Amino acid sequence: MGKRKKMAERVKTLMDKPEKIRNIGIVAHIDHGKTTLSDNLLAGAGMISMELAGKQLFMDFDELEQARGITIDSANVSMVHEYKGDEYLINMIDTPGHVDFGGDVTRAMRAVDGAVVVVDAVEGAMPQTETVLRQALKENVNPVLFVNKVDRLINELKVDKQEMQIRLGALIDNINKLIRSMNEEKYKAGWKLDAAKGSVAFGSALYNWAISVPQMRGTGVGFGEVFDYCRNGDMKTLAQKCPLYVAVNDMVIRFLPSPLEAQERRVKVIWHGDENSKVAKSMNECDPSGPVAFMVTDISLDPHAGEVATGRLFSGSLERGMELNISGSAKKNRVQQTGIFMGADRIEVEKIPAGNIAAVTGLRDAFVGSTVTSDPEMVPFEDIKHVSEPVVTVAVEAKNTRDLPKLIEVLRQVAKEDPTLAITINEETGEHLMSGMGELHLEIVAYRIQRDKGVEITTSPPIVVYRESVTGKTPHEVEGKSPNHHNRFYIEVEPLELDIVDAIKGGEFSMTMQEVDRRQVLMEKGMVKGEAKSIVAVSGSNVFLNMTKGIQYLRETMELILEGFEEATKKGPITREPSQGIKVKLMDVKLHEDAIHRGPAQVIPAVRQAVQAGILMANPVLLEPFQNVYIQVPQDHMGGAMSEIQGRRGVILSMDTEGDMIILKAKVPVADLFGFAGDIRGATEGRALWSTEFAGFEPVPVSAMKETVRQIRTRKGLKPDMPTPGDYLKA
Amino acid sequence: MLFFVGLGLYDEKDISVRGLGVIREADLVCAEFYTSRLMGASKAKLERFYEREIRLLSRDEVEVDPNWLVQAREKNVAFLVGGDPMVSTTHLDLRLRALEMGIKTKVVPSSSIVSAISGLSGLQNYRFGRSTSIPFPYTARGKRIVVETPHRVVMENLKRDLHTLLFLDIQDERYMTVNEGARLLLETETTMGGDVLHRSLGVGIARAGSEDACVWADLLPRLAEYDFGGPLHVLIIPAKLHFMEAEALVALAGAPPAIQESY
Repeated sequence: MGKRKKMAERVKTLMDKPEKIRNIGIVAHIDHGKTTLSDNLLAGAGMISMELAGKQLFMDFDELEQARGITIDSANVSMVHEYKGDEYLINMIDTPGHVDFGGDVTRAMRAVDGAVVVVDAVEGAMPQTETVLRQALKENVNPVLFVNKVDRLINELKVDKQEMQIRLGALIDNINKLIRSMNEEKYKAGWKLDAAKGSVAFGSALYNWAISVPQMRGTGVGFGEVFDYCRNGDMKTLAQKCPLYVAVNDMVIRFLPSPLEAQERRVKVIWHGDENSKVAKSMNECDPSGPVAFMVTDISLDPHAGEVATGRLFSGSLERGMELNISGSAKKNRVQQTGIFMGADRIEVEKIPAGNIAAVTGLRDAFVGSTVTSDPEMVPFEDIKHVSEPVVTVAVEAKNTRDLPKLIEVLRQVAKEDPTLAITINEETGEHLMSGMGELHLEIVAYRIQRDKGVEITTSPPIVVYRESVTGKTPHEVEGKSPNHHNRFYIEVEPLELDIVDAIKGGEFSMTMQEVDRRQVLMEKGMVKGEAKSIVAVSGSNVFLNMTKGIQYLRETMELILEGFEEATKKGPITREPSQGIKVKLMDVKLHEDAIHRGPAQVIPAVRQAVQAGILMANPVLLEPFQNVYIQVPQDHMGGAMSEIQGRRGVILSMDTEGDMIILKAKVPVADLFGFAGDIRGATEGRALWSTEFAGFEPVPVSAMKETVRQIRTRKGLKPDMPTPGDYLKA
Repeated sequence: MLFFVGLGLYDEKDISVRGLGVIREADLVCAEFYTSRLMGASKAKLERFYEREIRLLSRDEVEVDPNWLVQAREKNVAFLVGGDPMVSTTHLDLRLRALEMGIKTKVVPSSSIVSAISGLSGLQNYRFGRSTSIPFPYTARGKRIVVETPHRVVMENLKRDLHTLLFLDIQDERYMTVNEGARLLLETETTMGGDVLHRSLGVGIARAGSEDACVWADLLPRLAEYDFGGPLHVLIIPAKLHFMEAEALVALAGAPPAIQESY
């Protein structure tokens, strides 16, 4: 512990020198060695012993993580590294590798300015390498590359010196191609990885060594020497001559930007407020004396201190006792403690200046994605967009009825901590639903509820999450009447342009953008001008347009109208599943003279029912989620794997041969993927390596729709038949 | 036949003799108390005095699903409403629906707060502009919303030199007080960047029609602090006063005598 205390002291002295700070994340495909790499960096900083690095999985401090050998949560560490005689502060976030936890990668990227992409030298770029790289680049985070497991190339694949270099070169080309395809402009402007310049390091995290081309000149250890050391089984010497942490940290300090360089560029992407405001200037300059602008990227629970909000401080300084505004909450919260993370330990620091990753307690109303600020007028940061959407739901019950109140509290807590988890609490029926990105994701949450929170629970078999949408237009305006019949709303429903749906899901469009930019994006994506300038709200991937002009009292009624719209899109009319890709146009409104007679109880149901009926009149469809399934299997077991896919309404998208292995890519409906883990093991004698990835929603086949609707409605205790517009418009 | 019977202002004795006759002869007596309430009489007390059982209707039973209405086809149904049944309510809808069902309707008027305020305050009914309501603020999409309509109506009336009567919201067991209403108006004015109301006179009236009715006039910010006692309350923002009105407000409502000079 003494060592860590000392480290904390050194960290503190560097915190207010932003040019000496690097905020980084480590991202990789599962099992490419991300956590082992993190351990090496920690060992280098003296926080764990070098012998344990690669074995301890220090960052995986959750028992479950250590037991399964995978990282589930992002974890944070601040450490000091010396480069060319100067000390630097590296704030590092380790991110999960399993795609079921992809949400964590996205939010970790929000906190950092640079990413170390780890790739296995033998396997090369894998599907998730692409996914996490895309998530990083989207946040405008600079990449560097660490090619791991070079020893496997030499000792397992038995390549010769020349082939080793060719393979490594091809791997880098491949990653560069990916970067280029994701953002050509940035690629040309400096994101291109260049081994000769040093933005790539090669090594073996398990054996604690790594080297980059510029270092080869200084150390006299070139590719030839590396090859020989590995072949001769003397990687110990290699680790002494070229310790991994030096190669990687040097690369980080040289090629990844400090907050001072990065923030101006990054703030443009993640914040769309007024460029000339005080807070904008302060964020661009990373000014510790400006207004506080803090983005929460993680919430965890400390048994003593309560909820800890971790995130990136873009502007101002955080101190105990400050009263701060939380986006989406009317109340102010008072900062209780400020600190930094050292793995599982939080170390208190009196004052945290802009440019750092901070851990704060007392922000009771904050959740992952909240903007915390001292400026009540500040436009919040953009929402953190998750590539994956929740596609699987389980019902959760307390084993002992007396635990029920506690269960509700615990569910609210886990939802706050994990933004990719959707919790529905129904206190009337006592049915509590938990939706996540896959079976494994939910299993782990359930496990934690029992172990960490001490509530015994049972979970139902998993259920698929559906979406509702439309393929046609309402034949005429739909009239929604308020219960008192003194207010009328006229709406039309039609499909939203697909490019716009993608732009909303991908975070390229949001209502916090400046109005001119908003209009421009919508028109570029195919919306006509008259509609583009009328957009007033986005709910999920559905939009609401106000096409009316000059209606008295509409302005103060609009929030209620939008509430009705949101209710209808969160629970669609077909099966009460969320809607997606729907455009609702408000065509006309007739309002009562007095505000009392057009309050929430009147306006919300009128609009909700009109939208629900409108959807049913616009050729409604039910959509089901799909996942891409990647399977790596020896050739003689390919047949078993193929039939597992085909027996599940799956479509094989591609099949590649890599040595004696086949790499299969297929797309399968989530509804048919339950139990896949066990079945594929059986079908291939456990020889298949596989992973999945969210692949969007597609219509349920017409032939199956009626039956699927009936099943969902029955399960939810609704009248089993497909509803009609009249069901929502009566009265 | 469907009878809309007004119950008047405060307690069971405010009904008209004609209205009482209708109730006693009716086959079914229904009442709604969500638009207004007789604060001086419980349902039981009303039943004792009218000598009839009353079926209390929920908002849903009046607006969404009035299944009791069909009985008015064959029988006489009395529908009881506080105040005057068609003033500041949405019951016109119920009347039109009944007519559509072939039911005959009749309205039995009663005293209304709209006219009672003239008697209590001395403000002339000729001088009133549009009336409006101040609803309780509500939360929609995470935002606290204070509607601007009441403020706008007051300002428009003032521009035309007309008084404004403001009804104060009733929600279940919550009754807005003059204090809350005054604060909300001042809050809206501050948000919109003005100070006219901060300097203007207001008149608060509580429990109109009862023995202990309270009428008090003062500057609006001070009215926000004055204790008016129990519900129901209404608020008036007067325009420029006629000398008679000014004299009355000083004599009847404790207004600062200075108002007589400034007008």
